Amino acid sequence: MNLFTSTVGRKILMAVTGLMLVGFITVHLLGNLSIFWGADAINAYAKHLHDLGPLVWIFRLVMLCLFAIHITFGVQLYLENKAANPEPYAVQKTLVTTFSAKTMVFTGLIILAFLIYHLLHFTVQVTNPDISAHNLPLVDGHLDVFTMVVMSFQKVFIAIIYLIAMVALFLHLSHGVSSWVQTLGWSTGPSQDKVTALGKLVAIVYGLAYIAIPLFILAHIVK
Amino acid sequence: MNLTLHVWRQKGPQAKGKLETYQAKNVSPDQSFLEMLDEVNDDLIKSGKDPIAFDHDCREGICGMCSQVINGRPHGHEERTTVCQLHMRQFNDGDEIFVEPWRAKAFPIQKDLIVDRSSLDAIMQSGGYTSCHTGGVPDGNTFPIPKPVADYAMDAAECIGCGACIAACPNSSAMLYTSAKVAQLAALPQGKPEARKRVKAMTEALLAEGFGNCTNHYECEAACPKGISVKFIAKLNREYLKSMMPSSLGE
Ligand code: HEM
Ligand code: FES
Repeated sequence: MNLFTSTVGRKILMAVTGLMLVGFITVHLLGNLSIFWGADAINAYAKHLHDLGPLVWIFRLVMLCLFAIHITFGVQLYLENKAANPEPYAVQKTLVTTFSAKTMVFTGLIILAFLIYHLLHFTVQVTNPDISAHNLPLVDGHLDVFTMVVMSFQKVFIAIIYLIAMVALFLHLSHGVSSWVQTLGWSTGPSQDKVTALGKLVAIVYGLAYIAIPLFILAHIVK
Repeated sequence: MNLTLHVWRQKGPQAKGKLETYQAKNVSPDQSFLEMLDEVNDDLIKSGKDPIAFDHDCREGICGMCSQVINGRPHGHEERTTVCQLHMRQFNDGDEIFVEPWRAKAFPIQKDLIVDRSSLDAIMQSGGYTSCHTGGVPDGNTFPIPKPVADYAMDAAECIGCGACIAACPNSSAMLYTSAKVAQLAALPQGKPEARKRVKAMTEALLAEGFGNCTNHYECEAACPKGISVKFIAKLNREYLKSMMPSSLGE
């Protein structure tokens, strides 16, 4: 079908899946921020998630599809665009595009690499078995997610991985959060400047909030 | 003033090209960029060398033939100006100027600064028209078109088809060029009947000709000598979404 092969169709798919991923990172961020309310708050949040049972698997399946579509077309469009523009100019100038727009596929792939590590680290819990919640003493009969997260980010190596990934996410969002407005045909010209500025602002808020978690733990502000 | 030019020279489509250096002496600030190149070419011809080949026609900024990337910017650094309308007073004595052809896979170089832009014609032929009966000229106001709509269509119709948008685009996408025609015709009653077919056909032709996909860099708008707005790309995207909706006519 056209949607999967045409130039606009594939961009629409990227925009819709990208937007849904933004929805995901919003909910995920709100949940994660509960760490600043102490051990009980984040442990209760983790328990709620576990208690959802089969719903969690439906959710994971949806997320897998979103990522698969978003990444497949992202890489495909990138390769086509490179092929369409094979020879560089001797003097190369750009006027209005941004670093974040030019690096979308790379920041995206950093996020993908991080995602795999993140799942192995906190979901499957195989990268650091010594501090995985499965091996820590239970608190009130529940897994101690708080201690796992704090002990992880006190390790400089792990904290740095997270910080790099969060910077990549920030860059990806600073183009992505406003780009879909154009892709879905909602922009009307002059309004696009305001939308772009608002998108950057949203990206900064998300970026700072996501960066705060590993940073505050590394700095022993949360312990 | 005296200038140093670094110009892309390439004997033919298959030949390997390279930048050659030339001195432009006693350039008048009142000359256009093309007139300056004409004088450089006179000297080359007098000394028995092959003159620099470049496209041009009207030399008044309306035909869209002239096509040179000057110091990394299609049509040079002056906003909303074609190379033929770019004047040497925009430069300073002693400047080094790089002159290169449009670069895109869909624009194969023919010779020096001349590229083959038939790919743009192919996009236009795929749907950039309205089918109508020929015959007598229709009476004025047969189609009532509100002034803002007419203005919108005229803004889109300003495209001269030079290809600067593609030369500037990091993806070599022809989206601004295509969208200007899609938006112009979709806004007008004469264009509406074929709107669904047109947007599909033209975007398909765009890919088939080897242009890239738009990823919203907006370099095209910044480079366009006619100031065509990227709002027309949003309009094209909107038209595309509309064309995906089911139609009672089963198109
Ligand atoms: C939490 C994860 C992610 C979120 C929230 C996200 C969000 C977005 C959004 C909103 C867009 C804008 C779509 C548009 O231009 O209309 C976008 C574009 C894009 N994303 Fe993602 N994305 C994520 C992960 C990824 C990953 C893992 C990749 C891997 C390659 C990726 C690659 C791209 C590419 C190549 C684009 C197109 C850029 C362009 O059109 O200039 N993204 N993303
Ligand atoms: S020569 Fe006609 S627009 Fe420049």
